[in-house]
Amino acid sequence: MEPFTSFKAIAVPIDIPNCDTDQIIPVRFVRMAQDDPDYPKFFLHDLRFNEDGSEKDFIFNTPPFNEAKILVTDVNWGCGSSRENAVYTMVANGIRSVIAPSIADIHYNNCKKNGVVPVVLDEAVCNGMRQQLHAAPGTEISVDLESQSVTGPDGATHSFDIDPFDKHRLLKGLDDISLTLEYEEDIKKFEARHEDVSRWMYP
Amino acid sequence: MAGKTLFEKIWDNHVVVARDDGKTLLYVDRQLLPDWQHRAYDALVAQGRSVRKPEQNFAMPDHSVPTTVTKVEEITEDVMRIPVEELERHSKNFGVVHFDLTDDRHGIVHVVGPEQGITLPGLIVVCGDSHTSTNGALGCIAFGIGTSEVEHVLATQTIWQEKPKQMRINIEGELGYGVTAKDVILAVIGEIGTAGGTGYAIEYAGSAISTMSMEGRMTMSNMTIEAGARFGLMPIDEATIEYVKSRPYTPSGEKWDLALAAWRDMNSDADAHFDREVTLDAAEIAPMVSWGTSPQDVIQVTGNVPDPARESDSDRKADIESSLDYMDLTPGMPMTDIKVDKVFVGACTNARIEDLRAAAAIAKGRNAQVETLIVPGSGLVKKQAEEEGLDQVFINAGMQWRQPGCSMCCALNGDIVGSGERVAATNNRNFRGRQGPGSRTHLVSPAMAVAASVTGQITDVRKLMEGE
Repeated sequence: MEPFTSFKAIAVPIDIPNCDTDQIIPVRFVRMAQDDPDYPKFFLHDLRFNEDGSEKDFIFNTPPFNEAKILVTDVNWGCGSSRENAVYTMVANGIRSVIAPSIADIHYNNCKKNGVVPVVLDEAVCNGMRQQLHAAPGTEISVDLESQSVTGPDGATHSFDIDPFDKHRLLKGLDDISLTLEYEEDIKKFEARHEDVSRWMYP
Repeated sequence: MAGKTLFEKIWDNHVVVARDDGKTLLYVDRQLLPDWQHRAYDALVAQGRSVRKPEQNFAMPDHSVPTTVTKVEEITEDVMRIPVEELERHSKNFGVVHFDLTDDRHGIVHVVGPEQGITLPGLIVVCGDSHTSTNGALGCIAFGIGTSEVEHVLATQTIWQEKPKQMRINIEGELGYGVTAKDVILAVIGEIGTAGGTGYAIEYAGSAISTMSMEGRMTMSNMTIEAGARFGLMPIDEATIEYVKSRPYTPSGEKWDLALAAWRDMNSDADAHFDREVTLDAAEIAPMVSWGTSPQDVIQVTGNVPDPARESDSDRKADIESSLDYMDLTPGMPMTDIKVDKVFVGACTNARIEDLRAAAAIAKGRNAQVETLIVPGSGLVKKQAEEEGLDQVFINAGMQWRQPGCSMCCALNGDIVGSGERVAATNNRNFRGRQGPGSRTHLVSPAMAVAASVTGQITDVRKLMEGE
């Protein structure tokens, strides 16, 4: 995983409440290999492309928003299916952060596993940012993970919460499994106790 | 000190490491593996890692299986056959339990988990599928995870989590005539919204839950993720114990006695703290239908399509307009004027024996007016339905009786709804394009789905029941 320290990029407003992962990546693309050269196109595919492959009038197709690497969305971004492919296609487009009033729990976790920093801010702040981005296309937003702060299009700074352990992993770009295996002794100890006290739980 | 919730007690039993910063490493008792998670195995192999506890992982094909085949060799399309083959190949290599298509035990992971006793009260169960919440109906912590986490569980049999907040939803009173668990959960989602449970574990309680069947509880737990919560737990009671008793993977002998003793003390304490509590009056719930493109867009079947002009919030107004445009519905029209092109009974929401019985009761002596698929959730559900003669009821009504699998719910196996087509369906999601690009979904209970099938339009099933 690529380390994330701070990141500054053009941001795109996505004004869709409850944008589910079936919208973020339609299910027919989840079968594709992650290194498929078309992976960037799968992002919001059916909102962006007609059946014949021609582009629809959609903000992520329009310059300079097509260069955006940060999303500012409406409520409940990423609800629905657990498909991690929704994050893969964001990453394939170089997207490293999503800012929203709320992000669905499974998708929120999937973001953190793939070097994408999920930022939850007040709904009014997010709405304001989206309006500013519409008014001044191409404006950049910066996300600083160390200080847990976002600088919006208007230069105002907002702080956000993130689990400290996940922050550490993201800052260093650490592999999750290797990190867990540092606790091998704890796992073994737990298993010995669990297999005794809770032996009914075992097949 | 306040008492603990059922969730907290199970959580505490599974803490491997509790870091000072709030992150907890939890032990996973069982993992279920659907076919499309073969990619997690691929990643594991690429990293040169192995499966830590093969006997605690259970694999079976479901999402990619065409409901017309009985063995893998009959799957002609690579995109469907490869996930099924890959899941089997990896599972066998690692010694993970695998139920193939010729094994009656195979089916949709969340139907098979409880049916086989793989899912039990008090356990932690995970699966790379959001509807893992279904399993919480047995009184366990069961939740959906992403592919990276599936790989992590395969390698370590553990998972990092932050403890969610606790919410209790009480359903008090008696359900009305013709009202099912599906209608209750749709009403709950309509009440708290599709993000209402984000960050929470939900526990259900109340007299309507106590009297609800295990199948009904599974339907409610299943759709808990549609309210934003990954976890939907039901209390452990006599019905739970009766259900899990004597299933293939349920403990027996001395282990069964230990389990019973553990379960007796596991329910939420009377003074347990819930961060949020919601109560619904069971008597006020009617058969529900969704009209929009989010599971929170639901209304009683006797209602009318909402009129965005009457919505004061401008964002919500725009959202309703956009949904109605996609769904091709006119504001204010009665729900029962909506004509359907297809009907689907199945999916991890509603593909258990009780669902098929409810569907058959309405199908009996009537005829399907539109293409109707009836898809059992597992090989064993199919077998039981056939023993009860339900298959003949459906076939005589002109409906299609299929092989077990996820079918039309996920549009990954050939069963799809065409662009612009409208389906009354028992699955859990009415998202745009969910059942095929351009598909339009109305979420309903199995009885309501069959009512739509035999009349060709959304119909209040109670009217058909009265005629019996």
